[in-house]
Amino acid sequence: MSAAFETVVGLEVHVQLATRSKLFCPCPTDGFGAPPNTRVCPVCTGQPGVLPVLNRAAAELAFEAALALNCRLAPASVFARKNYFYPDLPKAYQISQYEKPLARDGWIDLPGAGRHVRIQRIHLEEDAGKLLHAVGSRELEGSWVDFNRGGVPLIEIVSEADIRSPEEAYAYLKGLREVVQYAGASRCDMEKGELRCDANVSLRPAGTSGFGIRAEIKNLNSLRAVKDALEYECRRQAEVLASGGRVAQETRLWDAQRGVTEPMRSKEGAEDYRYFPDPDLPPLVADAKWVAELKARLPELPAAKRERFASQYGLGAGDSELLTSDRSLAEYFDAAARGLGPAAAKLAANLIATEVLARLKAEGLAPEAARLPAAELGALAALVEGGTLSSKGAKAAFAALWEKGGSAAETVARLGLAQVSDEAQVAAWVAAALAANAKAAADLKAGNDRAIGSLVGAVMKLSRGKADPVVVNRLIKESIKP
Amino acid sequence: MTPCAAAVARDVRSGRASAESVLRAVLRKARARKDLGAFVRLLEDQALAQARAVDAKRGRGETLGRLAGVPVAVKDNMLVRGVETTAGSRLLQGHVASYDAAAVERLLAEDAVIIGHTNMDEFAMGSSTENSAFGPARNPWAPARVPGGSSGGSAAAVAAGLCPLALGSDTGGSIRQPAAFCGVVGLKPSYGRVSRRGLIAFASSLDQIGPLARTVEDAALALSVIAGADPGDSTCSAMPVPDYLQDLGTGVKGLRVGLPREYLAAGLDPEVEAAVRAAVEALRVLGAEVREVSLPHTRYAVSSYYILAPAEASSNLARFDGVRYGRRSPAARSLAELYELSRGEGFGPEVKRRVMLGTYVLSAGYYDAYYAKAQRARTLIKADFAAAFQGVDVLAAPVAPTAAFALGEKSADPVAMYLSDVYTIPSSMAGNASLSVPCGLTKGGLPIGLQLIADSFCEGTLLRAAAALEAAVPFPGLPEADRA
Repeated sequence: MSAAFETVVGLEVHVQLATRSKLFCPCPTDGFGAPPNTRVCPVCTGQPGVLPVLNRAAAELAFEAALALNCRLAPASVFARKNYFYPDLPKAYQISQYEKPLARDGWIDLPGAGRHVRIQRIHLEEDAGKLLHAVGSRELEGSWVDFNRGGVPLIEIVSEADIRSPEEAYAYLKGLREVVQYAGASRCDMEKGELRCDANVSLRPAGTSGFGIRAEIKNLNSLRAVKDALEYECRRQAEVLASGGRVAQETRLWDAQRGVTEPMRSKEGAEDYRYFPDPDLPPLVADAKWVAELKARLPELPAAKRERFASQYGLGAGDSELLTSDRSLAEYFDAAARGLGPAAAKLAANLIATEVLARLKAEGLAPEAARLPAAELGALAALVEGGTLSSKGAKAAFAALWEKGGSAAETVARLGLAQVSDEAQVAAWVAAALAANAKAAADLKAGNDRAIGSLVGAVMKLSRGKADPVVVNRLIKESIKP
Repeated sequence: MTPCAAAVARDVRSGRASAESVLRAVLRKARARKDLGAFVRLLEDQALAQARAVDAKRGRGETLGRLAGVPVAVKDNMLVRGVETTAGSRLLQGHVASYDAAAVERLLAEDAVIIGHTNMDEFAMGSSTENSAFGPARNPWAPARVPGGSSGGSAAAVAAGLCPLALGSDTGGSIRQPAAFCGVVGLKPSYGRVSRRGLIAFASSLDQIGPLARTVEDAALALSVIAGADPGDSTCSAMPVPDYLQDLGTGVKGLRVGLPREYLAAGLDPEVEAAVRAAVEALRVLGAEVREVSLPHTRYAVSSYYILAPAEASSNLARFDGVRYGRRSPAARSLAELYELSRGEGFGPEVKRRVMLGTYVLSAGYYDAYYAKAQRARTLIKADFAAAFQGVDVLAAPVAPTAAFALGEKSADPVAMYLSDVYTIPSSMAGNASLSVPCGLTKGGLPIGLQLIADSFCEGTLLRAAAALEAAVPFPGLPEADRA
């Protein structure tokens, strides 16, 4: 994109709350992939005479997400009806919040960027159903509605137009997902549509502060899609503007397959949703005592965790970020590193980054389901740090522990993986190696430092890999000293 | 003559009468008076099964409920499981309810027998029961006249003795006005007193279910049964339900009665005014203190009501789209046609008028001028009542400007029709408790009702005052000759 323009992006993110039941009825929310219309009742299919009853658990998760995103909770928020006709909307209105959303004025730090993106508002609303069309069918023929998803609780998180690049949009979304997952408000499984994103994009001449005409991009169903679509759209708008054209204010759809955004078929005139307060629902009151309980329940959030990992364990930014990218992974590390010094903690972090993550991935497990208890992983790291175990030995011990369980110390002893650091024993091996490799010993004596490699190798062979390499090196050097 | 509900329950409980025999007598009358158009649906088989179940329960020595064997009719906008429930609309013909309305559940839990659905203005929009897909209901006192509306079928059925008790719904007067026109007692409880679950919504912030009965005692008994908290209706109050029967006979000595100046003004039929004043005088003679009060924002009530109620209705009725249930036009070839034709063919003219009005007042650019302003007027009207209830316990007023008008008399003039609710709308807007009790006849022999209004959740006071008046000034009831 030309440097003559600055990108201005705001994101609207829909997150499905991790409740067991829907927002206004007791139907279960596990309808993804289930046979159509098997998670429905009169309420979520809009039968005559039904009334919504707010699921308190959904309100709690919404509050927790809002608190974790540094928002101000409204003392009372008001449900409003968003009226429009569509077959996936059974009441012909969506219960949402409009003039009085449950939270405002939050922010998220962009990790590494040294700045934050403001959140304008968060509101609670119900999801619509899903339309299914038989291939090749005409309108009304072969069109079906599945209401399993209808009435599932969502929060919509609306950012300010603070995002200045596709990379920042990616970082914002990643940060948002992390925080919401930490708060336990949503699993944010994008493949199941639990996190969906629309983006408002415009360009403005670099150095100006007004807003250009924006396009709204829909159908951004992965982090990757957000970045790719925004890159494409910025390029497209820059070309339009550079050639003296005007960007149309329109809604565009991201086609991930073809890598382009395309205008959606526009409706005549602007949609008028005729919002008004829902008379079936009293205001949602954020009672002070309730909010205090929820606040107390919030876990340490990723930013705070990263800071603590740096100060408490001396982890670098890369390790901290990797370990905090998932709440249960971070908790696993925390448990493993409990009581360890910085060096051992760093070794534990390495073991997690390599061995644990590889195993979890291969076996499709979540960190909390790791077969090796965090405490044993910590013990393993301590053995490495104390010199009892080589990194190679640690790998072998890890594999055995993962597969068979048991304690780290026992496993290392049972498999004879402990290093031999005993000076007398190592000196005996060194003497034998020097005697058997007179040429290498002579070369080393003559100043050819590279010759030490074959001598160390010979000691390792004699010791069957158990000699502590640090001691071996030292003793070889000492023994050839003039 | 059909005995009152309290007497039926007593007799069935004591074994003096069987629920089945009571039901058979009532059904015979209902079948004989199809000319009144009071019922849209008699549930004979189901009712018979319920009555037999009540009798069997007694036979087993179990304690029977407070409405043991009492045949009750419910308005066609209250869902009865497994039964077609249509809100008087062509659009819902064939729609079978999948669950019971909360009020119906409670009636059944007290061993009542649901005998059928009563006629009504389509989706409760009207004041005459002429806007019904089933044809109009008629006033048993004068069959060329309307029974009032929208709960006209319930009022006509009770007045003609086709059942001792019926439920209606009141949004702007739809229980009280037909009760007055038909000479029965009609109670609109405070907003939030009775669950709306399973009531096909007209205007959610105003709708309330209440009883129509021949005696104040029956109305109190019915309210005791249907009132109370419902976790399925977030607007339903958790306030405990008092025993409305207990204080019914304690009289009105010292009761402070207010006569709102604005209700006894131009447009009120002199015969109605005279009857209302006579009733208030009777209360005074019984020991009530009567004083004049003012409700200064009364004149904004009808116009703001006709913004707010249609606004809510336009949204509440949007679900009738032909997609999942109800009428689906076979002629539709596109989604837009599915909506337009199904709704166009299914809704009657008054419903269409209100849906359009409501859609308009909520539209971008008009919301503040209409909806928001009407909400402010509603707040002022509420404040009027709150101020009045600082000084009085109940307000006494006419129910409607005239007695029952002729069929067709107002059908061509919607505003004239809307104004027949001018005295009932304000207390609906305020959410207060309100009832209509018969207080006399016109020279032409048509019933006149007295409206009593009390603060929210003060139904007990209302019922006590109405009972005192009922005892002091016996209402003749429908001449026996006109009954089945």
